[in-house]
Amino acid sequence: MAATQRPDLTQASAADLAGSMAAGEVSAREVVDAHLERIAVVDGVDAQGPVWSAKTAGRLDADEPHAFLAVTAEAARDHADDIDRRRAAGEHLGPLAGVPLALKDVLTMRGAPTTCGSRMLEGWIPPYDATVTRKLREADLVVLGKTNMDEFAMGSSTENSAFGDTRNPWDLDRVPGGSSGGSAAAVAGMLAPLAIGTDTGGSIRQPAALTGLVGAKPTYGTVSRYGLVAFASSLDQAGPFARTVGDAVALQTAIQAHDPRDSTSVPDVVPDLGLHLQDGVAGLKIGVVRELQGEGFEPGVEAVFQASLERLTALGAEIVEVSLPTAPVGLAAYYLIAPSEASSNLARFDGVRYGLRVDAPTAEEMNAATRAAGFGAEVKRRIMIGTHALSSGYYDAYYLQASKIRTLIANDFRAAFDQVDVLVSPTSPTVAFNLGAKADDPLAMYLNDVATVPASLAGIPALSLPAGLAEAPGAPGSALPVGLQIMAPLLRDDLMYRVAWAFEQATGFDPRPSGPRAIHLDGEVSP
Amino acid sequence: MNDVTAPDATAPDANASMGATTDTTPDGLLPEGWELVVGLEVHVELQTTSKMWCGCSTDFGGDPNTNVCEVCTGQPGALPVVNAQAVKDAMLLGLALNGGIAPRCRFHRKNYFYPDLAKNYQISQYDVPLVHDGYLDVDVTLDDGTVETRRVGIERLHMEEDTGKSMHVGDTGRLHGADRSLIDYNRCGIPLLEVVSHPDIRDPETAQGYLRELQSVVIATGVSDARMEEGSMRCDANVSVRRYGEELGTRTEVKNLNSVRSLGRAVRYEAQRQVALLQDGGSIRMETRHWDESKGLTETLRVKESVTDYRYFPDPDLVEILSPVALVEAVRERLPELPAVTRARLVAAGVPRDQTAAIVTGGSLAWFDEAVAAGGSPTSVANWLAGDVVGQLAAANLSLADSGLTGAHLAELVALIDDGTLSTKMARQVLDGVIASGGTKAPAVVADEQGLKQVSDEGELREIVAGVVAANEATVVDIRGGNAKAIGALVGQVMKATKGQADPRKTNQLLQELIHG
Repeated sequence: MAATQRPDLTQASAADLAGSMAAGEVSAREVVDAHLERIAVVDGVDAQGPVWSAKTAGRLDADEPHAFLAVTAEAARDHADDIDRRRAAGEHLGPLAGVPLALKDVLTMRGAPTTCGSRMLEGWIPPYDATVTRKLREADLVVLGKTNMDEFAMGSSTENSAFGDTRNPWDLDRVPGGSSGGSAAAVAGMLAPLAIGTDTGGSIRQPAALTGLVGAKPTYGTVSRYGLVAFASSLDQAGPFARTVGDAVALQTAIQAHDPRDSTSVPDVVPDLGLHLQDGVAGLKIGVVRELQGEGFEPGVEAVFQASLERLTALGAEIVEVSLPTAPVGLAAYYLIAPSEASSNLARFDGVRYGLRVDAPTAEEMNAATRAAGFGAEVKRRIMIGTHALSSGYYDAYYLQASKIRTLIANDFRAAFDQVDVLVSPTSPTVAFNLGAKADDPLAMYLNDVATVPASLAGIPALSLPAGLAEAPGAPGSALPVGLQIMAPLLRDDLMYRVAWAFEQATGFDPRPSGPRAIHLDGEVSP
Repeated sequence: MNDVTAPDATAPDANASMGATTDTTPDGLLPEGWELVVGLEVHVELQTTSKMWCGCSTDFGGDPNTNVCEVCTGQPGALPVVNAQAVKDAMLLGLALNGGIAPRCRFHRKNYFYPDLAKNYQISQYDVPLVHDGYLDVDVTLDDGTVETRRVGIERLHMEEDTGKSMHVGDTGRLHGADRSLIDYNRCGIPLLEVVSHPDIRDPETAQGYLRELQSVVIATGVSDARMEEGSMRCDANVSVRRYGEELGTRTEVKNLNSVRSLGRAVRYEAQRQVALLQDGGSIRMETRHWDESKGLTETLRVKESVTDYRYFPDPDLVEILSPVALVEAVRERLPELPAVTRARLVAAGVPRDQTAAIVTGGSLAWFDEAVAAGGSPTSVANWLAGDVVGQLAAANLSLADSGLTGAHLAELVALIDDGTLSTKMARQVLDGVIASGGTKAPAVVADEQGLKQVSDEGELREIVAGVVAANEATVVDIRGGNAKAIGALVGQVMKATKGQADPRKTNQLLQELIHG
């Protein structure tokens, strides 16, 4: 079968698609079909039936990004048809009506499988919608399907999925980052103009950096966690992936709201993200975090970061060096707090009510057998770390101490924001690394999060946007995306986006993957 | 703490033989020189409309797994939200127990695996409970009939959630050895309060009095019906013994105490078992023991070789509960008259002390007050409420609230007896009729319809009595000859002639007159 793709639709921004649909130039159904077509051709799914499922790991192709675990094709087409009907009837529709998007498989959607990348939840169909899913539907965004991820969002490369690795559209032999690697690959690979990810210690920002996207972790509590399968409740936050800052703003606007079903949802009104978006950075003070550079950061990444600072200066911002003295131990604190919460959050996966059950003579043995078979190595490692950190006799030394560090880091940020408007750093110390390069070295993998974790611990908003390309170590001539992280005070997501927008305008980054092993982008494709 | 770790049915039992003891404590429970120490942990299910973290109904007795949702079955991604009513109810009970309210407190997770605990952690309170440092004054009747008031300290009252119910299908009836287990999550997430007493209790009677008094206070506040038989109130006893003046002994936790009576029996048994074991040179194991009501003894349920590590930590899904003074004072406004005050009031009104408990704990105080306000004599009303009303409602399987019976009905019933219209026996029949009508018919109406009315008109009755005396000459002679008891036969005949409607007192009086002149 030869298929004709529609690069004019799949490479367009969400804003352009929404504009074309509003103007009647293209229907929501055509836009959805174009994306489903591209997914069917390039992503390694069995494009059959109402819900397309991912190929099993053994059948995956090295040329497929494997962004999706399930594609809700029939529901997406029906939703698109419904939007077209309502638009024809003159109904008022939201600004992103008809724009398709991909949903990380950690958010529940009624009627569609939710696996969290784990054998433990294989086949589970949630009986309810996450608040994010409901908000997306209310805004008439069309969910294309559920994206691959590190199991229960634990990982920085999407190699911890029980259903096979996701590959980076810029270089299919490299990782897309994680844990929201499937969502990142979907947007970077032009399988969807937008995606929802979740970020606990960098799981949106780091993959965004590694795949040349805009990815934001909103202020903790501004996007509801109801229906987000918890990894670390005090850190988890859903947020947008997009190819432009404007699209990310539009998607975050669609999903953020107070939710009475989430006790940690902030009641405060978040400033209008679009109001001052284009005000520029002239006169703003931008802090460079002394502790989030230097050792451990690849030279290529450092070079792009320095160039970014020069660009910001040229735009009229004042660059100031500031210190977050506690930031260097943030990673250690994070890798105690997050596993501690995870050890409790993941206790419910016991084979009793849903998901996998491995039968055994007694309930206790059934629990143990199910958990032994259902969880992967990284999940087990973190459950054990967390269980230990919460244990009597160790609690004070580990969990409590880490909680104190968390408070100190929040104080560090408060002090820094007394001096500057926003803070910047490289998002990730490295560009995308090769599949398997760090899979057997958990500590090396954890270091991916060194720059993203402090903002997570403080609950402040932070995003990554493309700052340029850099050569990967050991790969002469390669050119891979590097991200710039922008961090803003609590509830000042608007300021974070304002700086990002100005930076994006000045950078002119082309989000279309390029390079010898990049995903093919357009034209006739034969299977 | 609500410890539901899987029972260990294989542990050896440690029941010691109970040697004969001669020198005993004044109450005869323990040998001379030994002291009993008891602390109670009581769980109270709150009767809020919805569960602790979700909107599901708390109704008791629904089909299994019908009052459930993604929150209370622990579905991935679901989050808890605190039931504000439950917090206010907990506060109310705390104030009624003379406790202090924490200005801010939070929820912790208590982590342990058990199939009926949907999330495999229980949301509970740990370092700072909502209520601290309360007490309850318990009246204990001594052997000589005097009443002594003893104060039992309450360490804390904290909020948590109930678990589901497991049903084990198989020979053992327990999880261990079951063929399969079924779980009903209807109860999972129902708000639960745990009231922890200090180990201030020194005898079984005070333990029972404390439990009874706590039950009365809970019922008076209306936060729960506190029915031990339905499990809306549950009690565990921590029991230890020591020689006077010594440090506290090793305690055992006794479970499965399903009534006030069980508590008393179990504490007595356990205290004697421990002393006998210690006197034999043995030692007490820190363990959980199961009270077997039919065998009348406690058995090892599981041994606590080490303290179970629940890995408590603050629940990151929930935020702090703030109890500003204004809120606490608003809740304090809701405080009802407390049982001790009510009892004193009833006694002052002439109600016998031993009937006050039935009214206060039986939940019929509102009826009592209404009946008395409607002119009913407090003594008679109390007598009816404590006796026949309870009995007849139980026979009809109805609660007082559902019966339709009002205080006004009771006042009327009592008045009909007092003016001689109804005999006590007739009044019982009338009460039956009122209950059968669902309260739609007043006692006078029922009496009228059923033709229930005592023949107490003297002229009419005298005529009937005269007839009976005339027709039973032999008996009359017998009576006159000194066999006073034989008069009963004549009373019976008068009753028969009046179809039981003769006033027995008056009948007797008239017979005496006519026979003895």
